[in-house]
Amino acid sequence: MALAVVIFLLVIGSVIFHFASPWWFTDIAADWGLIDFTINVTFWVTGVVFILLNLFLAYCVYKYRHKEGQKAAYEPENHRLEIWLSVITTVGVVTMLAPGLFVWASIVTPPDDATEFEAMGQQWQWAFRYPGADGIMGTADTQLVTEGNPFGVNVEDPNGQDDVIVTAPEMHLPLDKPVKALLRSNDTLHNYTVPQFRVKMDLVPGLISYIWFEPNKAGRYDLMCEELCGIGHFAMRGAVVVETQAEYDVWLDAQPTFAETQSVAAANPAAGQAQYAVCAACHGAQGEGNQALNSPKIAGQSPWYIERQLKYFKEGVRGGEGDTNGQAMTAMANMLVDDTAIRNMAAYIATMPDTAATPTVTGDVDNGYEIYDRNCAACHLDNGVGTWYTDAPKLAGMSDWYFVTQISNFRAGIRGLHPSDDYGEQMVGMATAMSGLEEIEDVAAYINTLR
Amino acid sequence: MAYVPLADQDSEMEMHHPHSWVTKYVWSQDHKVIAIQYGGIAIAVGVVALVLSLLMRMQLGFPETFDLIDPSSYYQSVTMHGMIMVVYMLTALLLGGFGNYLIPLMCGARDMVFPFLNMLSVWVYALSVIILLSSFFVGGGPTGAGWTLYPPQTALAGTPGHDAGIVLMLLSLAVFVVAFTMGGLNYVTTVLQYRCRGLTMMRLPLTVWGIFTATVLGLFAFPALLVSAIMMLFDLLLGTSFFMPAVIESGTPLDHNGGSPILFQHLFWFFGHPEVYIVALPAFGLVSDVLSTHARKNIFGYRMMVWAIIAIGGLSFVVWAHHMYVSGMHPYFGFFFATTTLIIAVPTALKVYNWVLTLWEGNIRLNAPMYFAIGFIFTFIHGGLTGLFLGNVVIDLPLSDTYFVVAHFHMVMGVSPVLVIFAALYHWFPKVSGRMFHEGMAKAHFWITFLGTYAIYLPMHYLGFLGVPRRYYAMGSTDFIPESAQDLNAAITIAALVVGAAQILFFVNIFWSLRNGKKSGPNPWGSASLEWQTPDTPPKHGNWGDELPTVYRWPYDYSVPGAKEDFIPQNVPDGDEPAADEQHFDLDHGVSKAGA
Repeated sequence: MALAVVIFLLVIGSVIFHFASPWWFTDIAADWGLIDFTINVTFWVTGVVFILLNLFLAYCVYKYRHKEGQKAAYEPENHRLEIWLSVITTVGVVTMLAPGLFVWASIVTPPDDATEFEAMGQQWQWAFRYPGADGIMGTADTQLVTEGNPFGVNVEDPNGQDDVIVTAPEMHLPLDKPVKALLRSNDTLHNYTVPQFRVKMDLVPGLISYIWFEPNKAGRYDLMCEELCGIGHFAMRGAVVVETQAEYDVWLDAQPTFAETQSVAAANPAAGQAQYAVCAACHGAQGEGNQALNSPKIAGQSPWYIERQLKYFKEGVRGGEGDTNGQAMTAMANMLVDDTAIRNMAAYIATMPDTAATPTVTGDVDNGYEIYDRNCAACHLDNGVGTWYTDAPKLAGMSDWYFVTQISNFRAGIRGLHPSDDYGEQMVGMATAMSGLEEIEDVAAYINTLR
Repeated sequence: MAYVPLADQDSEMEMHHPHSWVTKYVWSQDHKVIAIQYGGIAIAVGVVALVLSLLMRMQLGFPETFDLIDPSSYYQSVTMHGMIMVVYMLTALLLGGFGNYLIPLMCGARDMVFPFLNMLSVWVYALSVIILLSSFFVGGGPTGAGWTLYPPQTALAGTPGHDAGIVLMLLSLAVFVVAFTMGGLNYVTTVLQYRCRGLTMMRLPLTVWGIFTATVLGLFAFPALLVSAIMMLFDLLLGTSFFMPAVIESGTPLDHNGGSPILFQHLFWFFGHPEVYIVALPAFGLVSDVLSTHARKNIFGYRMMVWAIIAIGGLSFVVWAHHMYVSGMHPYFGFFFATTTLIIAVPTALKVYNWVLTLWEGNIRLNAPMYFAIGFIFTFIHGGLTGLFLGNVVIDLPLSDTYFVVAHFHMVMGVSPVLVIFAALYHWFPKVSGRMFHEGMAKAHFWITFLGTYAIYLPMHYLGFLGVPRRYYAMGSTDFIPESAQDLNAAITIAALVVGAAQILFFVNIFWSLRNGKKSGPNPWGSASLEWQTPDTPPKHGNWGDELPTVYRWPYDYSVPGAKEDFIPQNVPDGDEPAADEQHFDLDHGVSKAGA
């Protein structure tokens, strides 16, 4: 009896929950209304079946529950009823399947006028490539990937020279134009998903997969990886900006072509040295750092990382609210007028002798190893030297007290949450691997053993 | 075709009676002891997986409050929870546990055809569990590649347990397949060869049909898992490139080249989808028998049920790539696999109709096993219907890899079989132990489990509609997920903790009842099928005393008009209990005398 009532209430409750809950698909922003249509058809067919079947179940349990003297019927089969039920079920299934197959037919056939772009995934970042003026993407291969050619574009291929290279994890698309995404991975499976576009597809190393859509609503959308790709999976984020053709053209023009990325003049350490005097006041003549002035050791740090951080300080991506020391750096970084000056500075710092910083932090090395090995080594490597591939700076031999402040800043939301800090947000997620100051110091103590 | 049951050559059967405690309880060749060993190990390892799921839920529901797991152990928990539950818990419990206990009894046999192989099966299974659990104690811990073990991720440094952990996982799976094959050959041959006199295939209880068909599926499907495990081991240890294309590991190119990650996915799901039915079909069978017995009514549409089991089993081999709609395989496959997948809904729906129609005009005794069985119908309807979303390829695009998928397969493959398992454990407990369980405690267990799991999984579908991706250690910040989704997550976690804790009721009940439950007698439910007609309860080694039973009727003669009682056991001859009147249903002649 109670069971019948409960099943009845669950049916009613589920229906109320569905219509009263605020949780449903986010507004669609691509021309795939047909997908939503198929979902709605399926929802109504299955919804009616859910209600009818369960109410009938509840009725049977209520009506035929055991009572004194009651006897069950003896009815092994009823062919007519069974045939009717089969036919009705088949009709319901066809009702849902037919629109599905028709919509799928258009999903698998991109229109001829769809423009292509490439989305490349690697642990745990996005990068993008556009075909450039000739409209043809150059060939590329994972085996050609280097720090200077992260897409592995074939330098021999003339089609590749004008390809537009976007290494930041934010891509742009023009409004109301069909686009075909070519998807490529350098390491594991990833997945290209913008929930508002409705479609998604895996990136598979060794082949190029595709998906097409037509964004029809301007805005900035989260780009998510939705295929488990390792420990940083949850932190692999990007963005897709949909804007008018004019805005899009401006953005695209500002991005470098592949040829331009290959022909950047070599940095000039001497020019960097000339400007370094200001830096030396705090970071030391040999970049050895000075804890009393809250200035970390910079000698030995990877040039790409120094360049990126200097830009972040200039642009206000770092040194925001709560980061007083970072704010001091913003003023200093502003003295470097352009990207060339920044590159020269990084190149000069790279010439400095890399002497390991003196340990200042103590902690439980074994616990630090446990945490580091499980969560940090995937990007910063077992020996703590970091790699451009995962955007991970060097930790071994650098200032341990600075490590402690920065991890604390990530945990406190002081660093990494600026919308343009494309790489810092991952650390906000990963820093939770350390439960508090004590564990941060344990990890710092372990890193001190890696020098 | 003249069928001479092997069982008729009773004298030829060698019984291997135990001579000591060790041969009785450890190296036992008695299918009933082996069943309990299988079941005990499966439930124990299932508890480990349950605890892992609660750790994950605490992280997801209250990321700021609990500091129990880090990203690495989160992914390890995801992986181990999934693999343990699907393979080492559900498969082992339903086939190794219930299959072992019930097949010989329901077939009127003294034991399995190959008792020694059967004994080996359970101990090799135990070995596979030990290998699996040992990966918690090696450097790097167990693999965190997800239970699907997709390469190349399994092998790369960015994945927890990418060295020893994954090797132990693959090794354990290979050993499990060996154990399964030894058991599976037994189940199939026993059903085919050891049925007692008069027990035709169309007089078998649906439990036997379900387990038999599932075992056949397993014997075809598990080899795909075995070869993929071996090929991946070659890739990992010998440097071959079956599944490994040219990839970069932490900035360094690896030596592999030319392998196909999608090939692995095809092999995995060629095993993985039939695996769903390897779990589901035994559950379908068990629940049919529980429903029929306690509704005091024959199962409705027996022949349709048998053919539905066979049809579902066959179709389950041609739907595997519906797990791969967004995998990057050739998109034209979508047409084929969406069609086959939705076709499978028809026989599955018919089974649901027949369960409900079995209750129709019944005399339903609402005891604890029946509560779980009816609860199963509700959760299975829910989980089955959401499968129609995901099976339809275009709807899978927005929902794939979101919490909708998690909610769907937990409803259909987690909650539903587990409710059946509890129904069956309570239902057959009196036969196994000779005692009754505590009804009140069992009902409390039902209410918390049934309502609690619905509170977990109904809202979880809506997280999926929102687009919340699964397998995320933390959500971070997004624009499309409202903050209220985190409240939902917290509520789900609370429900999960309550459900997890409530399972203690089950264990207390079982252990309390083993000593203190009142004596059940041989057939407390008034059940017609053969296992309740044994001369001893619990049945002794050899099951049937001096003489094997002879079967005269199907196992669902409940409430036969004119009969003295509301059930007629299978081994009661037509002459003794009511004269086979016009109403009586006899499948032996392939027609229903009920006249439809």
